[in-house]
Amino acid sequence: MRAVLATRRGKFSFGVLALFLFIAVFGALIAPQDPRASSTDVLEGPSAAHLLGTTEVGSDVLSQLLVGARVSIVVGFAAAVISAVIGAAIGIVGGYFGGWTDRAFDSLENWFLVIPQLPLMVVLARLLDPSLTVLIAVIGLTSWAGTGRIVRAQVLTLKERAFVERARALGASDRHIMRVHILPNALPLIFANTVLIVAVAILAEAALAFLGLGDPESISWGSMIEQGFEAGAPSAGAWWYVVPPGLCIALLVFAVGLFGYLFEQQVNPRLQERT
Amino acid sequence: MNTRWLAGKALTAFLTLIFVLVFNFFLFRVMGDPTSQLARLPRATPEEIRQLQAYYGLDKPLVGQFADYVADTATADLGISQKTRRPVWTEIGEALPWTLLLVGTGTLLAMVIGTWLGIVAATRRGTRTDDGLLGFSLFTYASPEYWIGIILILLFAVAIPIFPAGLQETPGSQLTGLDRVLDIGEHLVLPATAMTLMLLGQYFVIMRSSMVDVLTEDFVTVKRATGLPWARVVRGHAVPNALLPLVTLSAIQFGIVMGGAVTIETIFSWPGLGELSYQAINDKDFPVLQGTFLVFSVAVILLNFLADCLYFFLDPRVQAP
Repeated sequence: MRAVLATRRGKFSFGVLALFLFIAVFGALIAPQDPRASSTDVLEGPSAAHLLGTTEVGSDVLSQLLVGARVSIVVGFAAAVISAVIGAAIGIVGGYFGGWTDRAFDSLENWFLVIPQLPLMVVLARLLDPSLTVLIAVIGLTSWAGTGRIVRAQVLTLKERAFVERARALGASDRHIMRVHILPNALPLIFANTVLIVAVAILAEAALAFLGLGDPESISWGSMIEQGFEAGAPSAGAWWYVVPPGLCIALLVFAVGLFGYLFEQQVNPRLQERT
Repeated sequence: MNTRWLAGKALTAFLTLIFVLVFNFFLFRVMGDPTSQLARLPRATPEEIRQLQAYYGLDKPLVGQFADYVADTATADLGISQKTRRPVWTEIGEALPWTLLLVGTGTLLAMVIGTWLGIVAATRRGTRTDDGLLGFSLFTYASPEYWIGIILILLFAVAIPIFPAGLQETPGSQLTGLDRVLDIGEHLVLPATAMTLMLLGQYFVIMRSSMVDVLTEDFVTVKRATGLPWARVVRGHAVPNALLPLVTLSAIQFGIVMGGAVTIETIFSWPGLGELSYQAINDKDFPVLQGTFLVFSVAVILLNFLADCLYFFLDPRVQAP
């Protein structure tokens, strides 16, 4: 972690991440206006009263942007955690036991890697009726396969190490070995991968919200783009409505992705010799 | 030739296909219970619902329903759209060419431009050009593709109105022949650009790192030592060797491409499978949604298998017994 923060790129990504986390926590407090309040200033450009202009019902775009950070970040992180837990469990159990368990898990991973993720998420979200929980579950359940793959590869080398051998000779159970000896050693890799999944999950939440499958109760960057698009903001030239939320998504995903990438360089043994 | 490797890939593709059918069936029959949808019909008496259930074969045991489903799917019977009352297969058949046109153009452009930029960056490693290209491609990679589409509309259809902001051809125009082709081409520019920008970054990054690897290999140094001009070393020897990882990448990308088709077609009202899916999401038209999902999945599985075949013929290492 310290090595990542020592680089300029590391500092940049960490700074952006910290800023967005701050907005996610305090966004509702620092928002200048009620993000849902309507007014007669309909689709007005940026002004002193509305720094980023207004929506089609006269709400303040900046306030929506600040409040919307929370959903993107909460869904992104929660879905990534679910994905990490499933991926780690399947990778460790499959890699450790090998044989038919491994082969079955491998086919499952194969399937999840092949099936187009967005159409799959769309189908699941539509069938379950969208809410925040459904969004998190759907994204988490469809994005763990890559993590499973990478963790499995790591476990295959870990289980041949002397300390696992020794624990087994001392009569430790499989569960004990996986929990105490394998998991802690695979943890840095799992963490690096999870950060990368956060980036994927933020994009996924935005895409689902854009397709009208977001949580109808809350404002998110994806739902802002959807609202703006439905209200005809692009053809009205109302860039202040649709450009900022997408820019926030891009910046956040960029920072998270860069951070995960730098971290992965540190912990993935296969990436270390390469430049 | 070691055809066992290829046979293994074919078997995997086939099993995945079977799994897709089973999954698709259970997803829509069990989670989206059609009986409960029938019960939502206005003024339907229990007797009528039972008749409808018998009509749709929903009174049979699950195994029987599954056999029906497989037989129907195999004969391209995907049911009837709940909204338009037309066969789902007809709707998909009308939408498919438009998606192929958009996805094909976008993928091809991304592949060519991304690869070329990757070569440029790798041969100028560490320079400003390299940094700039890397930053640009990572940013397009992080941007939602439908947002890129909106920006393209704002720039090139509203601010400077040179391209149409949506649809596949001018509505009501009775153009034929070359005029129609040009009209469609004009409408294709913005959505295809959005698709290209969405996919470009991956090709760029992979090609760049693959080229960087190849350029440090001994045979490149040897070729250089024989006095061969640098440009010819790059073009004739380094590039062909660096291209292989792109085959694997394009296979991984197919799934992402399908997702992009859904959102980009929505933004540009492009009448393909993605737009059809979007309408189905809004109308809760489950037969159509099930149909497009099936087509997307089958397309990705087949394209993956094709990429494997291509890999087999390109890389002598997997052919070795």
